[in-house]
Amino acid sequence: MTAVVARGQASSLAAGRLPRWSTWVTLLAAMVVSAVVFALINMGSDASDFNVAGMLVVGALLYIVTIYVLSRLSESPRHAIDRFVTALVTSAFIIAIIPLVSLLYTVVSSGIERLDAEYFSSSMRGVVGAGGGAIHAIWGTILITLAATIISVPIGLMTSIYLVEYGGRGRIAKAITFFVDVMTGIPSIVAGLFIFAMFSIFLGPGASIGIMGALSLAVLMIPVVVRSSEELLRIVPNELREAAYALGVPKWRTIVKVVLPTTIAGIMTGIMLSISRVIGETAPLLLTAGFTTSLNMNLFDGRMMTLPVFVYNQYQNQGTNPDEAVARAWAGALTLILIVMALNLAARLIARFFAPKLRG
Amino acid sequence: MSKRIEVSDLNVYYGDFLAVEGVSLEIAPRSVTAFIGPSGCGKSTFLRTLNRMHEVIAGARVEGSVLLDGEDLYAQGVDPVLVRRQIGMVFQRPNPFPTMSIRENVLAGVLLNNARMSKSDQDGLVERSLRGANLWNEVKDRLNLPGSGLSGGQQQRLCIARAIAVSPDVVLMDEPCSALDPISTLAIEDLIEELKQEYTIVIVTHNMQQAARVSDRTAFFNIAGTGKPGRLIEYDDTTQIFSNPSVQATEDYVSGRFG
Repeated sequence: MTAVVARGQASSLAAGRLPRWSTWVTLLAAMVVSAVVFALINMGSDASDFNVAGMLVVGALLYIVTIYVLSRLSESPRHAIDRFVTALVTSAFIIAIIPLVSLLYTVVSSGIERLDAEYFSSSMRGVVGAGGGAIHAIWGTILITLAATIISVPIGLMTSIYLVEYGGRGRIAKAITFFVDVMTGIPSIVAGLFIFAMFSIFLGPGASIGIMGALSLAVLMIPVVVRSSEELLRIVPNELREAAYALGVPKWRTIVKVVLPTTIAGIMTGIMLSISRVIGETAPLLLTAGFTTSLNMNLFDGRMMTLPVFVYNQYQNQGTNPDEAVARAWAGALTLILIVMALNLAARLIARFFAPKLRG
Repeated sequence: MSKRIEVSDLNVYYGDFLAVEGVSLEIAPRSVTAFIGPSGCGKSTFLRTLNRMHEVIAGARVEGSVLLDGEDLYAQGVDPVLVRRQIGMVFQRPNPFPTMSIRENVLAGVLLNNARMSKSDQDGLVERSLRGANLWNEVKDRLNLPGSGLSGGQQQRLCIARAIAVSPDVVLMDEPCSALDPISTLAIEDLIEELKQEYTIVIVTHNMQQAARVSDRTAFFNIAGTGKPGRLIEYDDTTQIFSNPSVQATEDYVSGRFG
């Protein structure tokens, strides 16, 4: 302590510093103290009653106070605040990450049990107890999401091109922006009800067809695609458009061959994110695509099962063997997470593949 | 390959704001004309009206006429796209297309317009244009690498190669050297000297030494004050403008007393 102060006085630029290991030693000490306190409280009862969460929280609080005081004494008030905020931000990060890790752990550990060959090869047709699979739900999710993507990407992309390249600050562009914003806020069940009501007019009430599910997902997807690609088109430098115009390239060719290729990586990422956004939707699909136990690969005829609805259904109607049904539900949830992860990975690869290359 | 430009009584508006007022001048073929003047005096705006690039900016419009070998660029039914194929432009900041290789950048004017061209014709055009822009020796071994990997000066010469690859009659340059170091600037100035043999060149510059070095004729633009329109003050042979200008404002500007 005295040595630190003496050095501090020697130069007006040098300030005292706690040694590098002090952070970890203080943390360890705080945790040990906290553990001892909780062990004393727990003295009379069983060791399994030991309050681990309480120990960690008290240990963390103890650490924050100790490191602040220590730093304030031997370093400077500025360093003390730095250490205090660092500790605070780190704890916030850990608190944020806990539910994520816990969720992943729960889904993987409960879902892995039924992720077998039968799960990926059979449907639930005629299955009321053990066995069965989700092939019908996997195909349904893939087909319905694909159809929703095919419907919403051209509409969304062209809308954003209109907004950025043609609309300017005109009335129509403003109206479109407003309605897209409104659409972003639509609760997903309302999208489902809208499609359900629309098809009821033509096909009579109670119609359930795969394409209806795809349409209701498209209603949810379009505003996301418009928003993300609009932002990306806006950041394409005007200089590139001008360069193309100055070569005598018409506007539409400039958009197709210069503006879009420049930003295609970002647009792809935006599309993938919008897919991830709708692939887990349950409510609208429950109303529109319905549920079924058998494989249906025809989007335009009959009900189609999807993974989120499958998960819901397995939990809701457990059949003769509830444990098996719940295990299937977990496996369905895990499959959905795996599909979304695969999509995100694909988006990254596509983005890297299409990204403008800055050096050779 | 080279055409005469006659501008008569041209006004440029941004919405209701009159940006440039009453410009009349004549640009001879196979010459270099420099536009000089303080910032905001409308020289870049005026340059853009020579190939209708000002129309890219919302609300910009023009009164008066610009004749290219007697044809009015602003006549009824004139397609700005066709105008720009005859009057190329090089911008202040080098702007090669980031998704394209050096070769594709040179061919951009051809490829983007979907014109059919055999591979050997393309190779010939690439080499001719890059040689014309004094860049061939530096990039001939890496034609398939991205154009954005080149240095700033090389990128600007790539943009010039791209502009001359569509064989325009006129090349407009909007401060082509302002983002470049002195050595790259010298390379571009030498290039302008060579391009003059084939093209009509109009260059906007803030650098009066550059105007004196490269141009045959010089136009001096000025504004009376903020919010007032820019005007053409004096247009004469470069030697005349820099040695014995007839207007006091020109003399003040070229001698460095203001601006």
